[in-house]
Amino acid sequence: MNVALAKTDTGTALGEAFALARPRLPGGGKVANTRQQAFEAYERIGLPNRRIEDWKYTDLRVLMRDVLPLAPAPDAAALSRAADALKLHAIDGVRKLVLVDGVFAPKLSDLGKLDAGLTIRTLRDVLEADDAALHAKLFALDAANPMIALNSAMMTDGVVIAVADGTRLAQPVHVIHIASGGLPAAMFTRSMFSLGKEAAATLVESYICADDAENYQVHDSMVIHIGDGARLDHVRLTEDSREAFNISSSAITVGHKAHFNTFGMNTGTIVSRYQAVIGIVGEHSQVETNGVNLLNGRQHADTTLVMNHVAPNCSSREVFRAVLDDRGHSVFQGRINVHQPAQKTDAKMMTRALLLSDEAEADNKPELEIFADDVQCGHGATTGALDDSLLFYLRARGMTEKQAQALLIQAFVGEAIESIVNDDLRELAISAAERWLAARA
Amino acid sequence: MTALLQVKNLQVRVEEQEILHGLTLTVNAGEVHAIMGPNGSGKSTLSHVIAGKPGYEVTGGEILFKGEDLLDMAPDVRSAKGVFLAFQYPVEIPGVTTMTFLRTALNAQRKARGEAEYLVPDFLRKVREVAGSLNIPMDMLKRGVNVGFSGGEKKRNEVLQMALFQPSLCILDEMDSGLDIDALRVAADGVNALRSPERAMVVITHYQRLLNYIVPDHVHVMSKGRVVKSGGKELALELEATGYAQYEDVAA
Ligand SMILES: Nc1ncnc2c1ncn2[C@@H]1O[C@H](COP(=O)(O)OP(=O)(O)O)[C@@H](O)[C@H]1O
Ligand SMILES: [Mg+2]
Repeated sequence: MNVALAKTDTGTALGEAFALARPRLPGGGKVANTRQQAFEAYERIGLPNRRIEDWKYTDLRVLMRDVLPLAPAPDAAALSRAADALKLHAIDGVRKLVLVDGVFAPKLSDLGKLDAGLTIRTLRDVLEADDAALHAKLFALDAANPMIALNSAMMTDGVVIAVADGTRLAQPVHVIHIASGGLPAAMFTRSMFSLGKEAAATLVESYICADDAENYQVHDSMVIHIGDGARLDHVRLTEDSREAFNISSSAITVGHKAHFNTFGMNTGTIVSRYQAVIGIVGEHSQVETNGVNLLNGRQHADTTLVMNHVAPNCSSREVFRAVLDDRGHSVFQGRINVHQPAQKTDAKMMTRALLLSDEAEADNKPELEIFADDVQCGHGATTGALDDSLLFYLRARGMTEKQAQALLIQAFVGEAIESIVNDDLRELAISAAERWLAARA
Repeated sequence: MTALLQVKNLQVRVEEQEILHGLTLTVNAGEVHAIMGPNGSGKSTLSHVIAGKPGYEVTGGEILFKGEDLLDMAPDVRSAKGVFLAFQYPVEIPGVTTMTFLRTALNAQRKARGEAEYLVPDFLRKVREVAGSLNIPMDMLKRGVNVGFSGGEKKRNEVLQMALFQPSLCILDEMDSGLDIDALRVAADGVNALRSPERAMVVITHYQRLLNYIVPDHVHVMSKGRVVKSGGKELALELEATGYAQYEDVAA
């Protein structure tokens, strides 16, 4: 069958892409070996398809038709297009760290006047340096996941950020991935954010592109450590081009008496998957995750979250929303694992889908696996259309159908956006949602 | 002079069942009409059809607004042209602040009429002025539309919109339901302040009580989907004394 052949070709072509990219990949010796092993791990499975349970709704062999070459390092023209894109999306009062086509761009980044206790290095520097302990942390993502393995093999750059014990950063750190819109290409990045004991910070990740960027692929990964008594506020906004792929993974560990508040919103891409594993390893910690997918056309977005309650007396809340128009397809897979020692765990998960079209699809796969006996765990789901009586009220007050819908969609999304603590970042998220709504009208 | 509102022999079905069986009503600018009638006589149905609520099938008759065919227009077009329905049950809209709602609605109407949209400071000044006259604290307007509002607050919010949008036809559906006397007086004062020679009001109510505060020029009695009697304001008092029983017989 032709189709089957094409799928296999994609896998083979990735092998060739790896061979071609190797001379450009930072890190020799052990790092190079780890990359080789990672690539072999990837090849054993290849692009995940629907027969792998975890990828049931997101069959990359079907969805990811072409393999794109590794993006070249950005030239002056690419950097200038990226700078233009940045003007539309950057906000004041944050420290920008910009990656263009997967390569750190110091000229577009704010590296001056670093706060005491804040260190920022590029992934390239870290991988080239002789620092086995740090390398081990960087490779601490699930090696059995084929897309993580591929990312480990191919990662070219990223930012490695550390916030020292007791440091409370006033200014959010904004990591911005920009696709400059050159020839269709793939970018592979990995970053790390380590928050020391009793530290506090806000981390924002944005995925954007230059005006004319169309077909490209983002393969990103992020390792986050939240120390004892620390608090991280995290915002993730995916606004890639409507033809782009974004496959991102993250591994987050939460220490003792720590707080992790994360918000993610996806308004771009044709196909995206965000897979996160959150490990709550210290007692009396708290995790809140809020997510929104705003999808229309044929957009497909998959959010797969694993919440591992390892330590007792912790709570986690997951609220995941989707607004789906046309043939938009949103997938939410949420798994809560409560390990045997994690007594008094309080874990809740909720999905809410708003369907604006009969052809849209929302798939939810909640899973609870509980090995402790004294816990409170639960999940719920709602799916529905916009309320007709609310729509009529708004139209009777002069709003057009699109305006009335937009206002109710904003309200639905707004409930999630309210979880963002920082006012400027809330505005950033609101404007991303407004851009999606404006494009819809 | 063309009447502001002409309802001619209106027949309306809901889910295969005829609710209005040939209703006729003429309202001129400057007039206040009261429509009274027992529960289920079709008062809300009439108000919904005038406002353009989906789900009603008009099987006969017509509605003209300033001489134009109203039934052909989308609800937002009717609103921009000056039709306003104060709902019997105003809805709650969590996540949309009253301020945002008011500004979006007012500007949508203005845009549809080809008028300039209000900038935020001008809009705020206008809302503050109107809200002040209705004893509506600005804090209330920062909350979700009608979320956590008392019955009286919800109705005051409807009057606030009326005062802000300045429609030429106001239909008030059971404005008195669920209000105590004080709340009723505040709302009625708000409505009375809007009486003008260019504007007409249709006050729908089950009870005569409201008409002590909003005194009508004409009173119509509705029963089983028709206007069965019309008269002056004394008709309301008469009804208060006799009840609706006789009219139910008339329609039967
Ligand atoms: N959506 C509906 N479906 C079926 N019957 C309805 C609907 N709305 C109203 N009706 C019926 O139409 C009649 C008139 O109702 P309504 O206009 O609400 O009367 P009123 O406001 O005078 O109390 C009632 O018999 C009611 O049961
Ligand atoms: Mg009624």
